[in-house]
Amino acid sequence: MKKVALNAAGLLVALFAAFPVYWMISTSLKPSNEIFSATPQPVPTHPTLAHYREILTGNLIPGVSFFDFFVNSALVAVSTVVLSGLVALLAATAVARFRFRLRTSFLIMLLVVQMIPLEALVIPLFLMIQRLGLYNTLPSLILTYLGFSLPFAVWMLRGFVAAVPKELEEAAAIDGASRAQTFRRVLFPLVAPGLVATSIFSFITAWNELIFALTFINDQGSYTLPVAMTFFFGRDDTNWGPVMAASTLFTLPVIIFFLLVQRRMVSGLVAGAVKG
Amino acid sequence: MTTLTEGPETAAARETPARRRRRVDRLPYLLLLPALLIIGVLLLWPLGQVVVMSFFRLNNVRQLRGDRDWPWVGLGNYTDILSDPFFLTVLRNTVLFAAANVLLTMVLGTLVGLLLNRLGRKMATFVASCVMLAWATPALTGTIVWKWIFDDTSGLVTWLFNALPDGLSNSLFGRSDWTGYGWFNAPLMFFAILTLVVVWHSFPFIAVSVLAGLKSVPSELHEAARVDGASPWRVFWKITFPLLRPVFGILIVLSTIWDFKVFTQQFVLAGGTQDRPTFMLAIYSYAEAFSPPPKYGLGAAIAVILTLILLVVTGFYVRMVLRQEDET
Repeated sequence: MKKVALNAAGLLVALFAAFPVYWMISTSLKPSNEIFSATPQPVPTHPTLAHYREILTGNLIPGVSFFDFFVNSALVAVSTVVLSGLVALLAATAVARFRFRLRTSFLIMLLVVQMIPLEALVIPLFLMIQRLGLYNTLPSLILTYLGFSLPFAVWMLRGFVAAVPKELEEAAAIDGASRAQTFRRVLFPLVAPGLVATSIFSFITAWNELIFALTFINDQGSYTLPVAMTFFFGRDDTNWGPVMAASTLFTLPVIIFFLLVQRRMVSGLVAGAVKG
Repeated sequence: MTTLTEGPETAAARETPARRRRRVDRLPYLLLLPALLIIGVLLLWPLGQVVVMSFFRLNNVRQLRGDRDWPWVGLGNYTDILSDPFFLTVLRNTVLFAAANVLLTMVLGTLVGLLLNRLGRKMATFVASCVMLAWATPALTGTIVWKWIFDDTSGLVTWLFNALPDGLSNSLFGRSDWTGYGWFNAPLMFFAILTLVVVWHSFPFIAVSVLAGLKSVPSELHEAARVDGASPWRVFWKITFPLLRPVFGILIVLSTIWDFKVFTQQFVLAGGTQDRPTFMLAIYSYAEAFSPPPKYGLGAAIAVILTLILLVVTGFYVRMVLRQEDET
């Protein structure tokens, strides 16, 4: 009896958590008359890819399609990932492999800057982007997201670098490898999985970001996906079919990436709180 | 031998000769340089700059480009904000919203964490995967879907309320036809839906963290207490909670920080920055700065106020994390 109650509660939680995602995908596959029918259909009775075709091939504004926004977003996210991964790896190596005077201060600073409310930085960064002449360009966003993703990336990579046994590097050094060689041939391959995990977080940060993209980009052809979605789909009389298709295309990569790394998320944020 | 191979412990334990130390000490700083530069220029400098901007009257984008003078107004922006009764509304919205959301997220998250710990293996995996979906969904699309669920013509919730027996619906809510009912029009209803969206997004993190905490606690304690006939309520408050106190501390602080600066969900749900009665600090600052006519200085002052509030909360967080790093 108790077991039944527990399982029922479990199903309820699962329903609450997963339903919106299911409803998004389900709606995106329904023909419009099913979406706007008086009684909602739990599953698409006549599944169709029409909405996907519409957003991927149709032009939202002359000469610009949904796919172009997809490319913009991917460009920004991938650039952020590459730059942030590179810089974070160097810093993480410094923190995990050396003991130097400012090490603790740097670690505390990493924690503190992660808590800076990014929403408070829109105005000063807008100023900086204006001054640098980067307004209305994708690099303005790459630069911004690089700053946002870096502290967490260093914090997370630090653990991966520290986990590589020092003996391996010592052995390489004894065999006559230079410091750069040791880094490239020994440490780097072993840290690579951690680098992938870290990169995914940077990717999600850049991919999901709305406020700064909304503020720094004025030219519709340079919109990233989140801006395009709030701009084109935030109107009255929303046509939910294409909106849900676009949402699905936007969400799926994030969900897949996220599930790959979610374990690290907990350990990264609650650093040290749970022992063992 | 290179220092690259020396871990913190060995390097600290072994007193290196001063000369050698001077020679090798430069490398870590060199490695840190790019990161320090980026954090300094893109996070710390703007943080200082937002304070500076809050002391000027900046109502034109050309002032930002440097084409025009910046008139100094001292604390003028702050007195403008603090003497405006609207600020009290915004502050009340922000604090009440954050308090309600932290409470609901913590309670729901903890209950789900405890539940996952009690479920059978297969069921737990299934429920956890579903919970993970809510967590992984971007704030933007998650909010768009909830907006669709609350659509005033074909939304699922509108249909559900229409499906209620007319008599029941009439006696409970005073209406039986819900088609065309604007779910987002009344501020209280708007906040209720926003709370639903934010809690839906944030309870998975709490649940998974609490579960991770529970797994690290020896289960014998719970079993012994249960065998002795303690109620689940007592077991939680006498055993589970004290053991997981550090985890709960950090989770509450993190939730508070996140719920104080909710932006994306509110922006999408309200369809922009027009809905002033539901403003909270983050969106208020943004709207003042960027909705025409732009008031960058005023927006910056609001951003500073938000930052100061969060600074206090962050202080707690850093102290907790550092204490736990010391213990491990």
